[in-house]
Amino acid sequence: MDSRTDTAGMVVRRHRLSTRLWHWLNALLLYVLLTSGLGIFNAHPRLYWGQYGANPDHAWLILERFGGWITLPARYNLSMSRHWHLAAAPVFAFALLFYMLWSLANRHIARDLAFAREEIRPRHIWQDIRDHARLRFPTGAAALRYNVLQKASYIGVIFIALPLIILTGLTLSPGMNAAWPWLVDLFGGRQSARSIHFLTAFALVAFFLVHILMVLLAGPLNEVRSMISGRYRVPKDRP
Amino acid sequence: MILTRRAMLIGATTTLAGCDRIGSNARFREALFSAENFHKWAQRSLMTRDAMAREFRPDQISPIFRANGTANPNTPEYKALWRGDFADWRLRVDGLVTRPLSLSLAQLHSLPHREQITRHDCVEGWSAIGQWRGVPLKTILDGAGLRSQARYIVFHCADRMGTGRPYYESIDLTDAFHPQTLLAFALNDRPLSVANGAPLRLRVERQLGYKQAKYLMRIEAVQHLSGIGAGKGGYWEDHANYDWYAGI
Repeated sequence: MDSRTDTAGMVVRRHRLSTRLWHWLNALLLYVLLTSGLGIFNAHPRLYWGQYGANPDHAWLILERFGGWITLPARYNLSMSRHWHLAAAPVFAFALLFYMLWSLANRHIARDLAFAREEIRPRHIWQDIRDHARLRFPTGAAALRYNVLQKASYIGVIFIALPLIILTGLTLSPGMNAAWPWLVDLFGGRQSARSIHFLTAFALVAFFLVHILMVLLAGPLNEVRSMISGRYRVPKDRP
Repeated sequence: MILTRRAMLIGATTTLAGCDRIGSNARFREALFSAENFHKWAQRSLMTRDAMAREFRPDQISPIFRANGTANPNTPEYKALWRGDFADWRLRVDGLVTRPLSLSLAQLHSLPHREQITRHDCVEGWSAIGQWRGVPLKTILDGAGLRSQARYIVFHCADRMGTGRPYYESIDLTDAFHPQTLLAFALNDRPLSVANGAPLRLRVERQLGYKQAKYLMRIEAVQHLSGIGAGKGGYWEDHANYDWYAGI
């Protein structure tokens, strides 16, 4: 990428093909996984900590069933929700694995996601928070690099939230418990894993909402185009 | 671009309605349901044949073991057996075996036992830990002598579900000969209660709760599942499209 400031106003290649493909595949799969997951959750809308947990036991969270507008299928059908969820989950998990390996190989991680030393100074982070709060988004060449808050959220999603939701999902499987007994120990029990699976899903929903907000504020057409064709018009400096 | 909550709700609902429509297309359903084969293949590849389900300490047992499904078969035949303390109950073992058996509860009690504290995982999401005592299924199958064509073991139960059809389940030989696969007659040091499947239930610990057939009456060795029930290998498989392989 060109780092000179005279790129402002120019159209540049922003996102790699691998990033674009993975992004839209995730958009589809996470939508199916969330809505079918809520359908499964509706079969027993209670969450517990520890190895066991059923109706006679103490639940830390008891919810009403999620409405048909956000579950797949819309009418309660545990079997169909499971078919959707368990068909989408392996595709999602292997896509993440391949994306991680690919991004390691093509240096996307090292070049675009890894923090630079000066970025993680408290003053720099604080400045970035203030800029975000005032909705002063970077312009010119600076807009072509991820800022520190953006890097932190992408790293958090790719390397923490997504692996966590996959591993806690696997922990719910009695077959996987026999294959990989360390999973149960890692999360302190199947019911703890179920709670963490649910909490991580909502952390991802929160990420999604902020992500959409940022796209809308930064210029939705330019941002969406850059994620489809890769082409991005570099924002001009403010007068 | 203004996205109102209403517009987003309509958007979400129409997209999901689209998914629902795809979900009722026969070929798409077939593709979606084939994920079961992937999970079975992947899990069986990742574990050894006798990989054990987690066994727990006595202090980890659920204070109350939740019963699910049929709470009481309530058929005249079952009530008669129950009134007689199951003295007249017999477990038939037949199908593709060289020596069909008919076993009383006393005979099962006299066979070598196994005891295990394991976690019961319901397809709905809850779990309960309990201590099971029973006879390994392998002991019974070895006693009956499986014929070489036998591929599946089918469990016929005394209870009828809402549709009036009898409950049944089936497993393949990998799970049938697994050391933790039991014909259990005791839970937490007491004879099985009616709600938990008296007098005998299956424990197949690497799969979900709906495979753990209760109120066992007959064990049948078969080559194919197609001739039994609606042919999908179990009550819930036949009537609600549940996966036959319930390891996930």
